[in-house]
Order: sequence, then structure tokens, then C-alpha cells
Amino acid sequence: MTDLTELGVAQIRDGVAGGEFTAVEVAEAFNANVAAAQAALNAFIIATPEKAVEAAQATDAKRAKGEALGKMGGVPIGMKDLFATFDVQTTAASHMLEGFKPQYESTVSQKLWDAGAGMLGKLNLDQFAMGSSNETSYFGNVISPWKRNDGGNAALAPGGSSGGSSAALAARLCPAATGTDTGGSIRQPAAFTGTTGIKPTYGRCSRWGVVAFASSLDQAGPMARSVQDCAIMLEAMAGFDAKDSTSLDLPVPNWEAALSGDMKGKKVGIPKEYRVDGLDEDVSKSWDDGIAWLKDAGAEIVEISLPHTKYALPTYYIIAPAEASSNLARYDGVRYGLRDLPDGANLQDMYAATRAAGFGPEVKRRILIGTYVLSAGFYDAYYTQAQKVRALIAQDFAKAFEQCDVILAPTAPSAAFGLGENVDDPLKMYLNDVFAVPASLAGLPAMSVPAGLNREGLPLGLQVIGKAFDEQGVLNAGLALEQRAQFAAKPEKWW
Amino acid sequence: MSTYRIQGATGDWEVVIGLEVHAQVTSNSKLFSGSATAFGAEPNSQVSLIDAAMPGMLPVPNRECIRQAVRTGMAIEAQINKWSRFDRKNYFYADLPQGYQISQLYHPIVGEGSLTIEADEKAGIPADKVIGIERIHVEQDAGKLMHDQHPTMSYVDLNRSGVALMEIVSRPDMTSPAEAGAYLSKLRTILRYVGSCDGNMDQGSMRADVNVSVRRPGEELGTRTETKNVNSVRFVMQAIEHEASRQVDVLESGGKIVQETRLFDPTSGSTRSMRSKEDAHDYRYFPDPDLLPLELDDAFLEECRASLPELPDAKRARYEGELGLSAYNAAVLTADVDTFAWFEALLGETASAQGKAPAEVAKQAANWLISEFFGALNKLGKSLEDSPISHEQAAELLALVGKGTISGSIAKQVLETMFETGDNAGVIVEREGLKQESDTGAIEAKVDEILAANADKVAQYKDGKVALFGFFVGQTMKAMAGKGNPQVVNEILKAKLG
Repeated sequence: MTDLTELGVAQIRDGVAGGEFTAVEVAEAFNANVAAAQAALNAFIIATPEKAVEAAQATDAKRAKGEALGKMGGVPIGMKDLFATFDVQTTAASHMLEGFKPQYESTVSQKLWDAGAGMLGKLNLDQFAMGSSNETSYFGNVISPWKRNDGGNAALAPGGSSGGSSAALAARLCPAATGTDTGGSIRQPAAFTGTTGIKPTYGRCSRWGVVAFASSLDQAGPMARSVQDCAIMLEAMAGFDAKDSTSLDLPVPNWEAALSGDMKGKKVGIPKEYRVDGLDEDVSKSWDDGIAWLKDAGAEIVEISLPHTKYALPTYYIIAPAEASSNLARYDGVRYGLRDLPDGANLQDMYAATRAAGFGPEVKRRILIGTYVLSAGFYDAYYTQAQKVRALIAQDFAKAFEQCDVILAPTAPSAAFGLGENVDDPLKMYLNDVFAVPASLAGLPAMSVPAGLNREGLPLGLQVIGKAFDEQGVLNAGLALEQRAQFAAKPEKWW
Repeated sequence: MSTYRIQGATGDWEVVIGLEVHAQVTSNSKLFSGSATAFGAEPNSQVSLIDAAMPGMLPVPNRECIRQAVRTGMAIEAQINKWSRFDRKNYFYADLPQGYQISQLYHPIVGEGSLTIEADEKAGIPADKVIGIERIHVEQDAGKLMHDQHPTMSYVDLNRSGVALMEIVSRPDMTSPAEAGAYLSKLRTILRYVGSCDGNMDQGSMRADVNVSVRRPGEELGTRTETKNVNSVRFVMQAIEHEASRQVDVLESGGKIVQETRLFDPTSGSTRSMRSKEDAHDYRYFPDPDLLPLELDDAFLEECRASLPELPDAKRARYEGELGLSAYNAAVLTADVDTFAWFEALLGETASAQGKAPAEVAKQAANWLISEFFGALNKLGKSLEDSPISHEQAAELLALVGKGTISGSIAKQVLETMFETGDNAGVIVEREGLKQESDTGAIEAKVDEILAANADKVAQYKDGKVALFGFFVGQTMKAMAGKGNPQVVNEILKAKLG
């Protein structure tokens, strides 16, 4: 019998619908993998095997009655622990929210359950989605299932912030997972783990019920092991939500049905500014491979310029912390979550003690940066200036898209790094997002697909950036890459 | 120009006043959530996930609140900004769940406007005066802390958290407590006309931050203080008086005014320091990234404009012009929504009851309402809202007077009975036999009796003591139990006395 945990979303959906196996069998197979890997990989903050089985039973019962099963019928998934799930602990990987059980369900997770998906558990992440390596989680870092081929045993980062999602996918703990991307948090972990993920256009997926990091950038998206699976899951997640004022009031296209790897007549832009000095040789080579593959798929390659690229990272590290410093003010110990009330403490003391104990160092760093850039006397020099540059970056893309349909670039400047390698140097850590952040600032759809392995045997990702609302163009270019990359590598099981 | 001056030891001082009025928007739900806004509900019974700032919750603007702010702006002839934006004002307090208040600092929904306060010689306002209004923006209210529920803890009630407020910021155009009082009253009247705020100051639906500074006449503006959350017209005037005198005392004794926030104490009528500018928060305002800019289209603006009622100034002018009311009566009747509504209903009923045009009975209705009806209500300690009789009933009473069925003095008596019994005027008049006697023969007979019984007084009258005429009228009316038609009585007496 096939190992059900090797199957992706489409295969499970079709297999359950066609009666090749039951949804419960699938859920139990993944539940077993989740349990077996937890100690070694720490991909989940909590597992919810009963939820997965419950949803699977519902799907099987529907099938027995001959009812339609939904886009994600019978597919168990991992839920990044940034999405509020009804009565199931939702922590944002922070001590601040340890034990917090929302009495509401995020719009995106609800849509997934409505589409027939079941929940395997809540996936680990960087605390409040702030990080690129999953090392900022209060619940311990996620360990990537990948190892370098140097015979060493160094623990590697699964990327971040959706590192639980990426690790779980690579280790076959789930066929798909939700991610959120504020400045690369879907794409970079996907690249680090040889998996696939798409951040749709800002506003495609409702932010209602997703713990906020930086409101103007946060965007949920699917992570899976194929472009098709991402398309299916994105259809289930996306859609207008009146409860989110920034939600896009557009119909959700049938992306899966319109998937095509044929790039004839399409122009692919190669941004010269991304070809930075000292770019990792293997990354550079994989980019060239990508160019060749898309050419092979019929695309015309054009060089484009995104002149403000070098300002993207500093701009991001002003805007995102500014919004975060305000978004995280609600964690004050008054109404829910952690409360640290020292003896004789007054309100101010309680705030200070609660927030000192509840937030990790990276979260505190960003709150401090954000508070600083918004404060009187600095606001114009930082925040206002950053907003102007953000507009210029968006303009760069608008101009570039007059010359091309999609943009191809590396997802990250390197393959996965070892845990602990960058923790003492936040700037180096932040540089990980250098290729991911511009599309976030412009609110554009962007995806990462595996391109191959580097000389250390670690996956590298290629990034496709598209025009606003053109997820189809992004998915199609991603598919063209996927068809040619023939990426079949998977981590050798050591856990 | 107001002549109000503070007489200091070293000479006269002028007062400069600006008001920031917080008015709770009349709407069924809060500014960014669906929670109810009713006053006086059980603590924390009107709190949504959004109001409590649960993780991942997002604000969605309430169209009705926006509409009310725009209508208010239109009522003060202000510029309506078709593009405005919400900003976050960041600070920590236990009554502020989000850790920020959603407000509008940089791009308010309503720009420059004005209102006119009326001349009031007695109050020291010699002429009508236009007071500038700088802006109106909408923002969220905070919750409420309760310190009296537990010996060592404070409780938080979030019912108010997220309720929509309009902050209406005046120019520093007022120069006396009376002007400030008149401004606040007029603003309240306009808000109540428009229906955008109920103006209930005792329930906190309207409260004012009072900015006061003093200067020598003609000199540059002095440093101002801001007295927070003053919740009645009288208190605003008291706070200004106290604060201006205090500032003069400080300056005259060689001190300096510190820019600071102050609190008003209603029991002592004085203000005291709350925090100085140095301790002021850095609110780190920035555009709320959860909300798109607010863009208003022409159809929406047109709908807002079309829904505006006749406003106080226009109504007053119409009462004086079309209805021929005195300036005083017009002012009294237009001062509040309840009053003009009652008057207009009464006017309509009265006109149709008497088969006349409203303008023909307006004076009668206005005079009666103000001098008789208000007085009677007052005696009972009641307001128009809980009047024991309806305007239909009042119109019937007025029609009886208008047609000469009863006299004005009998009408007073009938009104009292109506208040007591709730019966209609016609029923009472019939039951108690109060119909006026207009029959000349019957009146003549009574007059003859009176004149015969008072021959001495008749002689005095004829000798020139004409003031006795009133005596004869009184005696006749008394003899007729007040039911003689006064006009007929007068005529017959005049004829008989020569």
C-alpha cells in the first residue's frame, strides 16, 4: 500500500473522493508521523489528532452519503499557530498567549474546515511571526528535517517565521499547512525546506482572527509540496471578508483549473538589482537554471530594473516594527493571556512585568524599534520617509510590469543556515529576507518553488513575483519551474 | 466684541477661550464593531471581541457613525473632506484595550466651519457673534474604570469602549464665560436638531475640554491650560471663570502659566493640575494600517445633505418672519428639539381645529405654550417629554378659547383639570358648565344689578375716577362665575357708564 503521508493535497482529495482510501486512514497516518517526529523536530506547539480524525470522519460520512466533499475534502493540514482556532490554544509562539483559547475561529481556518480540511495541530513559528529561523519561539525552535551532506549533524533552521509549517511539510507530517508572510515568512521557509508556498496579493486572504504582526504587510497563504496543491488550498483560503476592511472584494478564481506550465508569449523579468555582489554561487546558479527553464517553457526573458531594491530592507524594518509596536500593545495583562502582578504592583508595574515576562527578546527589539521610529521628533525622518520609499518600491514594480508578466529571482540569498549561526547578529538575520521583502512592501503575489539542491545537499528556492491579483500568472510560472526542476529530493529520515 | 474683563490688581485682562467638545454619536452600534451603545447597561454586557481587543480582531467602520459626522459638519456649514483617514493614538491604560485609540489626527473628516451665537445683552453678549470651528473628527471612546467596587482592585467596564465620538474643535474665538456657554448651548441645539448626538451631558454624551488663556487687551495670546471633561454648560462657565482668575493671580504675582492639563472639581467650582506638558504622552500617532482611507462619494454626501432638518437659525428666522412671532418667543421655541416639535404639532392641530392658517394662530399658540403651558408643567416638575396631555388635547383647548367658547382665565382652570384628570377640554367645559356667557341680555341684567348695588362707586367713576372701571368688570365677572365674555362685559359696562 502507498505511504499516504507521501501524498499531496490533490492526490488525497482525489483518492478519498475515489474511494482508494478513507480520510480517516489519511488522518491517522499523518497523526502517527506528527507524534513520532515531535520530540526531534518540534514542528508543532500542540497536536490535535482528534480534530484531524473528527474532520476525516465527517468527510468519510459525506462520501458515504454521496455528498460533495469540498476543495480540501479529507485533507489534514497543519495550522500555523498564528491563526485563532476555536477553543484550541493559540499562542503566536509567545509566552504571552500561552494557554489562550480563543472563543472564535479565524476566517481563513474556518474556510479551510468548511472546505473539508482537518487540523493535525498548531504549528510552531517565530514568536509573533518575527524571525527568519524559528529561533524566537517561546516553545523552542523547530529543527529542520534536512541535514547537510557533510556528514556532520548540525541542526539547521527550517526558516521563519512559518518554520513549523515548512519543517512539517518536508518531514511529511502534513500534506499542506497554512503560513503567513509579512516579509518573506512563507517563501523563505519554503525555500529552506524544498517545499512550495505562495503569498497571495495583499487582501486576498482575510486577516480576521490572525494574530497581527504588521497589518499592512501580513498576508496568509498556503504551503505545500507542489504548485497544484498550493493553488487548491489558496482557493479554499481566499475570498472577501467584510470583517477585514483591507480584504479584497474580488471573486476567487479557479486557479487550479487554469494551471498551465506553458509560458509561450509570456515575458519574465530578471531584476538586475537582485544580482548583488557576493551572491552565493549556488544561489546564482539556481537562478540561471530557473531562467533556462522558463525559456524552455516558451517565455521571453527580459532584464528589468527595480532601482529602489536596496532601500527595501531598511524600509521594511521601519514599517513592520512601527505597526507591530502598536499591534502588540493589547498584550497588557489586563484581559487575557499572561498577567504578571508583583506584590504591591500598580498598573504601570503590571504592564512592565507582564510585557517583560511575556515577550521574547526579538519581539522586544522590534517593539523598541517601532516605538522609536514613531516617536515625536523621529516620525518624519523614519516612518514618513519609509512610507515614501515604500511607494517608490511599489512604483518600481508597476514600471517593471509594463515590460514583463512575472519576475524571477532567488527566494533567499542562501540555503538554510545552522541554528544559532545568526542569532547574535540581527542584521545578518534580517538580510535573509532581502529578496522577499520588496514584494511584501508592494503587496504583490509571490511564491517560492524548489529549484534543486546546493553543493551541501540543501534545497534552494526560486521566487516568482507577479502583478497584483495575478496569482494565476505566478502559479503558472511556478508550475513551469516545477515541471523542469523535477525536484524530488527529501530529507533522509533521522528522527 | 465682548467687554468681559478680569479686573486684576494691575489692570484689566482679556480671556481667550477655545472648546473641544466630545459628542457621542447617536448610533445603535459602535464606531468599529457591532456592539450596542445603550446607556446604563450592565457592565461589560456590550462588548464584542473587537472592543475587548482580542488577538486578530479588526475594526470595520460603521457607516451610520460616518454619516452622522458628515451631517453634523454640514449643519455647521463646514468643509466636508471626501478623503479622510484614521490614525492610531498610542498609550497604555486599563480602559483602552487596544493600547491605542483610533482617531483622526492628520486628515479629519470635517474641516473648517462655524456657528453663530445670539446677542444677549444681559449675559454681556452685545451682538450676534460667529464662532469658528476648526474641525470635527471621529474617534473611539475608551472604557470606564470603577474604583469603588473592591478595596484593592479597580474594575474595568468596556461598554463605552469603542463607542463613536465626534471631537468638535472650536477656534479660540470666545472671550467670556457667557460666550463659551452660549457656544456650547448652541452646539448642543444643533447636534440635537441634526440628531447626531442626544446632548445628554449628565450621561456623558457630551463633554468639553476647555482651553483658557489670559492676556492684556490687544497683546499676544498667553499660555493656555486645558481643563478636561467638563460636563455641563454651567460648569464650563465656572471652570473658565475660575481658571482665568487663577491665571491672572499667577501672572500678577510674577509667576508664569504652565501649559498643562487640569481637572475641574464641580463641588468647589475650581480647577486643579492633572499633568504638565513635560509629562504629556508621546502618542506616536500613525495611520491605522487596519483601515483604508475613508472616501466619500457624491451620492453619499447628497444623501447626508438631503436628510438634514431645518436648522435652528433658519427655523428661528421663519418663526419671526412667516409666523410673526416675537424674537423672544421664536428664540424660546427653537432652543430645543422637543420644544419646537411640540410647538409645531400644536400649531398644526390648532390651525386645523380653528380652520385657520397656521400664521393666524401662531401667536396664540406660542403665547399660550410659553406663558401658560410651560408654567403649568413647571409647577408639576414635568417636561414636555412627559407632559400629561397631548398636543391634540392642547389644540382643542386653544380652539375653545379661539372660538370664544371659554375665556382665557377659564382656560387656565380647564388646563389644571386636564392635568389632573387627563380629560379633554371640551368634556371638562361641558361637565363643569364653564362655557362663556356671551348673551348680551343676560350680561346686561348682571351689569345692571352691579351698578345698582354700587351707586356710590358709579358716582365716583362719573366724577372722573375712571380706574374704577376694572372694579366693575371684576364684580360682573365674579357675579357670572367668570363665565362672562370679557369683551361683551367691557362693551356693556362702557355703554352703561357713559
